[in-house]
Amino acid sequence: MTAAVNETETKTEKHDKHASWRGRAESAEADRTSAEVDDAASIKELRLQSRRLLGWMMRPHKKGIAFLCAILVVQNFTSMATPLLVMFGIDNAIPAIADRGDYSLLVGIAAVFALVSVLKYVCVRLYIAQSAKVGNAMLFALRNRVFRKFQDLSVSFHERFTSGRVTARQSSDMESIREMTENGVDDLVLAGLNVVTITIVMLVIDPLLAAVSLLTFPLMLLLGRWFSRVSAVAYRKARETVALLIVYFVESMGGVRAVQAYRREPRDRELFADLNTDNQYAQAKGHQQNAFMSGGMRGIGHLATVVVLLFGGWQVMRGNTELGVLAAFLLYMKRFFDPLNELVQFYNVLQSATSALEKLSGVLDERIEVAEPEEPKSIASPRGELRFDDVHFRYREDQVVLPGLDLRVPGGQTLALVGATGAGKTTIAKLVSRFYDPVSGVVSLDGVDLRDLSEAELRRHIVMITQENFLFNGTIAENIELGLPGAPRERIVEAAKVVGAHEFIEALPDGYDTHVRKRGGRLSAGQRQLVVFARAFLADPRVLILDEATSSLDIPSERLVQRALRTILADRTAIIIAHRLSTVEIADRVLVLEHGRIVEDGRPDELIDRGGEYAALHRQWEDSLV
Amino acid sequence: MKKYLYPYRYRLAVLWSMVLLNIVSGLAIPPLVGRAIDGPIHDGDMAGLVAIVGVIAVLGAADALLQLARRYFQTTTAMAIEKDIRGALYEHLQVLHTGFHDRWQTGQLLARVTSDLGMIRRFFAGGLVFAITSIGMILIIMGQLLFIEWRLALIVAASAVPLFLIGRKFFREYLPAARSEQDQSGEVSSAAEEAALGIRAIKALGRGPLMAARFEKEAAELRSRSIFKSLIASRSWSGYDAIATSAVGAVLVFGSTMVAGGTLSVGDLTAFIMLQLALLWPIEATGWVMAHGNEAMTAADRVYEVFDTEPAIKDRPNARAVERSEVRGELVFEGVRFAFEDDSREILRGVDLRVEPGETVAIAGKTGSGKTTLVSLPSRLHDPTGGRILLDGTDIRDLRLENLRSVVTTAFEEATLFSMSVRENLALGRPDADERDLEEAVRVAQAEFVYDLPYGLDTRIGEQGLSLSGGQRQRLALARAVVVRPAVLVLDDPLSALDVHTEELVERALAQVLRGTTALVVVHRPSTVALADKVALLHEGRIAAFGAHSELMASSPEYVDVLSAEPEEVAA
Repeated sequence: MTAAVNETETKTEKHDKHASWRGRAESAEADRTSAEVDDAASIKELRLQSRRLLGWMMRPHKKGIAFLCAILVVQNFTSMATPLLVMFGIDNAIPAIADRGDYSLLVGIAAVFALVSVLKYVCVRLYIAQSAKVGNAMLFALRNRVFRKFQDLSVSFHERFTSGRVTARQSSDMESIREMTENGVDDLVLAGLNVVTITIVMLVIDPLLAAVSLLTFPLMLLLGRWFSRVSAVAYRKARETVALLIVYFVESMGGVRAVQAYRREPRDRELFADLNTDNQYAQAKGHQQNAFMSGGMRGIGHLATVVVLLFGGWQVMRGNTELGVLAAFLLYMKRFFDPLNELVQFYNVLQSATSALEKLSGVLDERIEVAEPEEPKSIASPRGELRFDDVHFRYREDQVVLPGLDLRVPGGQTLALVGATGAGKTTIAKLVSRFYDPVSGVVSLDGVDLRDLSEAELRRHIVMITQENFLFNGTIAENIELGLPGAPRERIVEAAKVVGAHEFIEALPDGYDTHVRKRGGRLSAGQRQLVVFARAFLADPRVLILDEATSSLDIPSERLVQRALRTILADRTAIIIAHRLSTVEIADRVLVLEHGRIVEDGRPDELIDRGGEYAALHRQWEDSLV
Repeated sequence: MKKYLYPYRYRLAVLWSMVLLNIVSGLAIPPLVGRAIDGPIHDGDMAGLVAIVGVIAVLGAADALLQLARRYFQTTTAMAIEKDIRGALYEHLQVLHTGFHDRWQTGQLLARVTSDLGMIRRFFAGGLVFAITSIGMILIIMGQLLFIEWRLALIVAASAVPLFLIGRKFFREYLPAARSEQDQSGEVSSAAEEAALGIRAIKALGRGPLMAARFEKEAAELRSRSIFKSLIASRSWSGYDAIATSAVGAVLVFGSTMVAGGTLSVGDLTAFIMLQLALLWPIEATGWVMAHGNEAMTAADRVYEVFDTEPAIKDRPNARAVERSEVRGELVFEGVRFAFEDDSREILRGVDLRVEPGETVAIAGKTGSGKTTLVSLPSRLHDPTGGRILLDGTDIRDLRLENLRSVVTTAFEEATLFSMSVRENLALGRPDADERDLEEAVRVAQAEFVYDLPYGLDTRIGEQGLSLSGGQRQRLALARAVVVRPAVLVLDDPLSALDVHTEELVERALAQVLRGTTALVVVHRPSTVALADKVALLHEGRIAAFGAHSELMASSPEYVDVLSAEPEEVAA
């Protein structure tokens, strides 16, 4: 078992030539969804999945697609009609005029020509419009489905997958599929129709000659199979190289301040150039294979001409075939191969899109670690009582974070967690807000296992303010409003006032309507923290979790926030994680944690009197104030 | 664009010669087939047939090989050019100032670096070659048509008029439509990126459905813009095929009357129409090529929009180099003013501050007083809108930017970590740092926890520091700044996320480092002030008080308000 694990590990390490700077991921599967393992069986499974996904995309548009095919059939028919009309005109209409001065046939042909032209116009126009509608509707559905899936996937998935890769899946992979829907599907169908029609025509005219010329068919099939096999590998690789490129791009642009402040540019350029070159070669690989296929198809076309010419010529000389038949045959052969040559290019697009579809179906197939319950329970009027019953938790196999935690937090209590880094404070917060599920044991709210609550229900009752103070693109008001979508302006302002953010917001150029710029770049860390605070206050949950939510505040702001917290937390359950004991002091109860175990538990003043760990911390903190 | 094609000029020349040869080899075969039928096969000359077929086989092989080689080099070259432009764009983005990056969503930049460049590449590798081949074919065929019968050729030429008019209209309408579609596609990427980056915030509030609804709105807008664009195409070039077909009909009608009138032979009319039929496909494809060309043009516009943005912060013409070893580290602010470009109100209104070499000055002030802005100035992440900053008596704008930033290092409160190894993250500002430097920095920042990670310094930490706590991330960021060993160290509240105990340890270690370093430290708490020799209070855009902590506590009520914890208030 261990040997097998090691083997896959070294294998993935070998794959990652950038390991020198990227480092080693804690999990060997960091870069991919679990469906994307490299063995033959999973690749086959993935292909199947991606086909199913394609089916899912097409199913709602069955009628539209049928309509499109019908248009193409008519279009194919009009294309075939033109040369026939010309032949008919030259053979019949001219003699009619010359012999009898009878123009009626010519007029008739002119009328049919006009009709064909109109039909062509209508077909092309309808096709472009209709295919744009169907194609875009399919893309739209896929985009939304993928987005929702990413939203549903657990935080731990996102932590290892990284936002850059999530973005890559939703931009470049999607782009690849868009390219396929936008270009050449009509060529594919028309070429298919064409091949079928011409094969039939050739078989009717001269079965023997047709059989000889069709001898090249197996060659084409072989070539096509070779290409789809090798290019699938190439394009799969290319999707990964471009994802790495995007991850790097997104991160280094997102953190451009750090890049510039640390003069990281040269090193960044070097690493990006590496990824860029990798991607160049990986992308080129499939196209180069396509060049081979393209040359090969041409060659096969010429080979067919040579064979038909020799065999047919011999037949003509022996009197088995008419000269005219041979001539017609050769013309048809040309019309047989020309569209196929065009199609080779589209095959390329198709292969690339298939790989992209595989990647997306890998995502859609990923198991959600923190899953929605099958039969969600609901809590009518929550009291806000939290319980941990023998909860075990670990992020990694060899590192137990919580070795069996039992804890009961009555409704309305404000609990502060204190302890060194790694003591498990944030883990407890994450378990309560169900970013993770416990390995064993139960975390419950008012007696209901959190796993039995629907996401929406859970978030209505329990809200966590995370350490990162994330602001979204938009105005300050919009960012606060996220706490309670649809909240009127007065309530937004009120929330800001309560946490003491109102003053600085009013001072901004457009007040509450000031755009925060990317990631809130316009505001200082402390200001962002206040906005996030206002957001959580507006959400008005039963249980509020504050994970280092005051660390960036200056003392006056912190004072304001503390005053606000006393009011806000008076009637709700709260878990506070803070290294600033000033924030901890407002708690009803303090837990001191050590390696995931509770070592002290009691009211803050009790603990200070008791003279343990907390008392020591408190002394140190008081000393730091002067 | 020329700049990027230039290095490939020989390759491109070879490529275009191959394209031409390929056209010739492709066109040479059909007449030979005709010759074989009319000659040896008609005459029953087996040996002659074998000879001609032999020639065809050789030509066919050459044609296939040319096709292969041409495609191969075409794609290889196009990819290489795409890579070059992408690299150049990346470099340009790196030097663009923070203001630019604050305004531009990463998704929009990403769309330019990936899909827009892809569009340009595809046009150059596919559409353009195709367009030129088509135009060549059209010209050759038109010449032949003129030669056969000029009056009929005029009919064909006349059909070019509506084609041209439609084409012109198409260009006018399609360009803005394609542009707006591409812009929206960038918005969709941005929405996707933001939702991924903010996943914790979204989950913590349970706003997944709301985000999905917002994303859906953007995606729906993209859908409708794409369809709108395609409808323009459907209205215009769908006529191309029909016009070309009508021209065939017209030629047939006029030609037939001419034949009946005896001014044209049936053979010539047949030959004429046969040739004209060969025109159908290139004309039909013109619309498609035009659409691709248009998209490539707007994509190039979008890319150039970025290239054309001049970095607001760059070297002055006579900027001079400065060595780390010659810097004493005297940092002086003289009447420094600052306002964001879209806000007429100044955040800094004449800051005067002198930091002696080796001195550590703390900056205190209320939230929003401009502390963070002030400390972003010495390394020129922003330039002051008035006044100047001197390093050892030289305006920092007269120093080379890369030198300046190696002398002045800024660590922000929010630790930006990248999905790379711990080592790479630590050595961000000094890629050549050795193990000892890293060890020392890790010790100073009390970040020894990194050695307990599964692979030590080689462990990859996530973009936001996979399962690292805020305090751990901040210690890494501090260690990163220490590794650089700059002459001037600027720290924006570097210890805010640390607990009291760790903070004390860090402070003790940091004090040694700061002994020989000029430092500017933003502080929020009295404990951090202990690091500093002096404190400057930033109030209403100016330095309102300057001196030792104890002095200010005694003399400045504003300072007391900002920095004193007033435990009695906490208890209240």
